[in-house]
Amino acid sequence: MIKRHPEPLLWMLFSAGGMLSGMLMPVLLLMFGIAFPLGWVAAPSYEAIAGLMGNPLTRLVMFSLCALSLFHWAHRFRHTLYDGLQIKHLNEVIAVVSYGAAVVGSGLAAYLLWQLG
Amino acid sequence: MSHPVNHGHVYTDYHPRWLRRRVSTYWWLEKPAYFAFILRELTCLPVAWFAIYLLLLIKALVDGPAAYAQFMAWSASPWMILVNVVSFVLLVFHAITFFVAAPQALVVHLGRTKVPGQLVLLGHYAAWIAASAAVVWLLVRA
Repeated sequence: MIKRHPEPLLWMLFSAGGMLSGMLMPVLLLMFGIAFPLGWVAAPSYEAIAGLMGNPLTRLVMFSLCALSLFHWAHRFRHTLYDGLQIKHLNEVIAVVSYGAAVVGSGLAAYLLWQLG
Repeated sequence: MSHPVNHGHVYTDYHPRWLRRRVSTYWWLEKPAYFAFILRELTCLPVAWFAIYLLLLIKALVDGPAAYAQFMAWSASPWMILVNVVSFVLLVFHAITFFVAAPQALVVHLGRTKVPGQLVLLGHYAAWIAASAAVVWLLVRA
């Protein structure tokens, strides 16, 4: 019997998350984390941003961004602890906690975005 | 065959154990390239942080205008600005290193010719600029 290994699936999620977060996160962080708070650009009103986020396409992009980015983090974090700190004996615990957090975060993202509709 | 010295040890004939030196926990401080590698790996932390930040923003939008105003005030506190500026620098490093690695994983063919890796990389940068411009346009127009 061929043993199915989860690594290719986890790598695909890591890869998709890395690509999407690379494309969208710098600009979103620049706007929401720096430009709006420092007043470089006027922050959108509640109605405007809620309207933008109410769009199903925006919500789909936001869900993919949050969920895939968390899986990207989980995969990279696990491997960094493994390679960088050489914490091999805790590998299984770290994997369960990392991917588990990504699953919980994705569920939370789906729940919150669903409520926004 | 007997191994009088090695009672209790199992040695298989065709699978020798290589001699491996124990690598220092701080091996990534030895060369700039190693440090860049570990820095690239650590960009996963701001990626996770910003995913949480987005979830908090969405939660504030669900809770209403007062919660949104509170989130924006919180994001303007000096500590948050500092965390987000550091995160922004690391996120840009993440984006660039990820796009640079992309041609290794993504081999594009046009007909029978392979598209050069540099062109695939340029495509990623073009998409990055377009996506960023679209987000800024949407947010400024809103």
